[in-house]
Amino acid sequence: MKLSHIREILKAEVLVGKEKLDSFVVTGTASDLMSDMLRGPTSGSVLLTGLNNIQVIRTSVISGVTAVVLVRNKKPTEEMISHAAEHDLPLLSTPYTMYSACGRLYREGLRGVEKTQSRAQGTNKG
Amino acid sequence: MPQLEKRFEVEPRNFVRAGEASLRVQRTLRDIGFGEHIIRRASVCAYEAEMNIVMYGGKGEIVLTVDPDEIILQINDDGPGIEDIEAALQEGFSTAPAEYREMGFGAGMGLPNIKRNADFLDIRSGRNKGVWLKIVFHSKGKQQ
Repeated sequence: MKLSHIREILKAEVLVGKEKLDSFVVTGTASDLMSDMLRGPTSGSVLLTGLNNIQVIRTSVISGVTAVVLVRNKKPTEEMISHAAEHDLPLLSTPYTMYSACGRLYREGLRGVEKTQSRAQGTNKG
Repeated sequence: MPQLEKRFEVEPRNFVRAGEASLRVQRTLRDIGFGEHIIRRASVCAYEAEMNIVMYGGKGEIVLTVDPDEIILQINDDGPGIEDIEAALQEGFSTAPAEYREMGFGAGMGLPNIKRNADFLDIRSGRNKGVWLKIVFHSKGKQQ
């Protein structure tokens, strides 16, 4: 799913990465726990989070997340914006709650990371 | 490929900079041209260890060594150390205060996650002895 489509579905404001809206997102993940993000697999995912601090940006860059969406209309700090820009990480903000944002993306066909896992396992077996 | 060694300082309790050393590790590995999979594994391990130093440790550093066959991270600090390494390797074991959990960390998954991502892990510590980690990733013959 294209990031531009995610922006439409979530009625999101693009704070960083307007030029990257053509990027392709493979899966969705939602967490306020950065430790979970680091366990992966999260590469190629859009991260929905209610956590609004600089570690969200650093954790996303380290774990290969494609884009970050802050829920509940949260607005990032200037430091978060400049850090996301430095690392070419699109950063969006949606008025929806975490639950509703996840539901809207799922309904439109964006699945969780489990699918990536089972696909990877299937490949190993095959 | 000649052996390369880089050192990155980690400052305890500095949450503004926490993670910057690991991002430099990630950038260095990317510049060298490693595949995304091994870069993610090494970066995640560096980051978990760096956050541990920032949250619990003393003055520390990450030493990245790259040779033709391996990526090696040696990460140490001069903090209070880990009394029970076996317990710290269990998922969910944590001594984190609430403020660290509110930042999205302190779930007791740092060292277990390092162990899972590493090809080799050696941990040395003890009360008031700091923590020394050696984390190795085999890169020989791997495209990723």
